[in-house]
Amino acid sequence: MSALELLTWARGPALQAALVIFIVGMLIRILELLLIGRKKDLSAARGGQVGAGLRTIITRSIPVSGTWKQHLSGYVWHIGFIVVLLFYAPHIQLFKEGFGIAWPALPTSLIDVITIVTMAALVFSLFMRFTDPVRRMLSTAGDYFAWVVTFLPLLTGYLAFHNVAADYTLMLALHIMSVNLLLVVFPFTKLAHAVTFLFSRWYNGANAGRKGVRV
Amino acid sequence: MKPHDTLAEHLQSQGISRRGFLKFCAATASMLALSPNMAGAIADALGKARRPSVIWLSFQECTGCTESLTRSHNPSVESLILSAISLDYHHTLQAASGTAAEQAREQAMHDNQGEYLLVVDGSIPTGAAGGYSTIAGISNLQMLEETAKHAAAIISVGTCAAFGGIPYANPNPTGARSVMDLIHDKPIVNVPGCPPIPIVITGVISHYLTFGSLPELDSLKRPLSFFGDTIHDRCYRRPFYDQGKFAKTFDDEGARNGWCLYELGCKGPTTHNACATAKWNNGVSFPIESGHGCIGCSEPDFWDAGSFYQAISSSPADLSSAATGAVIAGAAGGAALGLYNKYKRSNAKDKHYTVTTDDMEEGSS
Repeated sequence: MSALELLTWARGPALQAALVIFIVGMLIRILELLLIGRKKDLSAARGGQVGAGLRTIITRSIPVSGTWKQHLSGYVWHIGFIVVLLFYAPHIQLFKEGFGIAWPALPTSLIDVITIVTMAALVFSLFMRFTDPVRRMLSTAGDYFAWVVTFLPLLTGYLAFHNVAADYTLMLALHIMSVNLLLVVFPFTKLAHAVTFLFSRWYNGANAGRKGVRV
Repeated sequence: MKPHDTLAEHLQSQGISRRGFLKFCAATASMLALSPNMAGAIADALGKARRPSVIWLSFQECTGCTESLTRSHNPSVESLILSAISLDYHHTLQAASGTAAEQAREQAMHDNQGEYLLVVDGSIPTGAAGGYSTIAGISNLQMLEETAKHAAAIISVGTCAAFGGIPYANPNPTGARSVMDLIHDKPIVNVPGCPPIPIVITGVISHYLTFGSLPELDSLKRPLSFFGDTIHDRCYRRPFYDQGKFAKTFDDEGARNGWCLYELGCKGPTTHNACATAKWNNGVSFPIESGHGCIGCSEPDFWDAGSFYQAISSSPADLSSAATGAVIAGAAGGAALGLYNKYKRSNAKDKHYTVTTDDMEEGSS
């Protein structure tokens, strides 16, 4: 198989299959989570649930004292990842030709810088996970796996763009394959938190609100 | 060209001045990424070369490669060098036909055993026992094997000979194969392109005549000096790519301003060739300069790599239909699983056994 054949397969049938697995997987996980429902709480409510739930979704993203370092690196790489994914011109072209939707792109040189910063923040997060004894103890193989599959698309994309490490065709194929891998494992690893964080935060907030706890 | 003539004498008789010849040698040295003072060595070697025998076999092809070489502009040093060295057998260009033509091939093979260069254009059909294409009753496969046996080296000219090309494209009805797929015991140089650039072909031949060896090759057996960079790397529109300025249609303002053709499907980033530097039509331009994206013709399987007009980063597969199907399947699957979980829970609830204090006392006694 030549590099071009691999690329054609990666951006064609493989991407299509990965997308289907991603959407089916995410929908099943979300619907399963929502439909399981909760037992009716018969106690008298001491406070509202909605406000507390919504507030918690937001407040859990605000750093509390002593956590600014991981919050900063977390913010930087999450935002960086989304910006690179959504505002790099060739990526927009994928959405445009795949789904018929498009929006303005950011200059490539800016995307380049954001990619480096994003990767640096991810490496810093991993470093903290290694060096902090508590976080190291709490970390499982799944955490490291999630880090790797998140990091790979950034790294391969960066290498492909700068034409280093391997020929562009092969690197682009590897880049798209790494994205396919990310899509496939997304619903079945902790990466699903991209959606489920809303539910868990809502649950905690609403629960506390009903009990009259100020959140 | 008389057999005793040297190449220099032949070119002179065709009206190519010494200066013109040296210019060609300098250009060749530069294209081969050799030091400028190698131009002299090339001129010496080429000048003294005496009719190196070349057998040119054309198989499943469109003759575009030969056309590209002989009719690009008139008369080019490239085409003269080619005509000076190549005409022992070339069934498009030779005067002889039928038995006489085949005799010429056999004679050349016999006289120059182990020394002749074999140039092949076109892919080789292997289906139906090679019956899809025959010359003088001999299948292409048999002719290639016979002629390759005593060749010094093989130059596969054009994408069909190098990688199978268009005949090899899905579903490949004739079982087309490339030369390097079939011949494994000879040095092979691939000069792909649909058609290939004339100076690349003469460059390889010049290198062979000058150094007695083939130039350095990449993993696909292409001369690195011509195929080391991508079209994108050497494209004069590259700055627009870097700035994110793209033509959206072939006649919008971006297209008129000469912006990058990436979004219109240009395959420059994945295509290795020398078009952007060697150019076409006596150095006039190359496809991107004329406003059309590169179609990637010098890469293996370019014909099966999706539309010429679709950006490389987008998917040739139908993503929106797949996504719609996935949403329906996912919603149905999720709902079914949700209902099943509900059923499991109520079922478990029904089976609850109420433990009374009597039961507990019974258990403890």
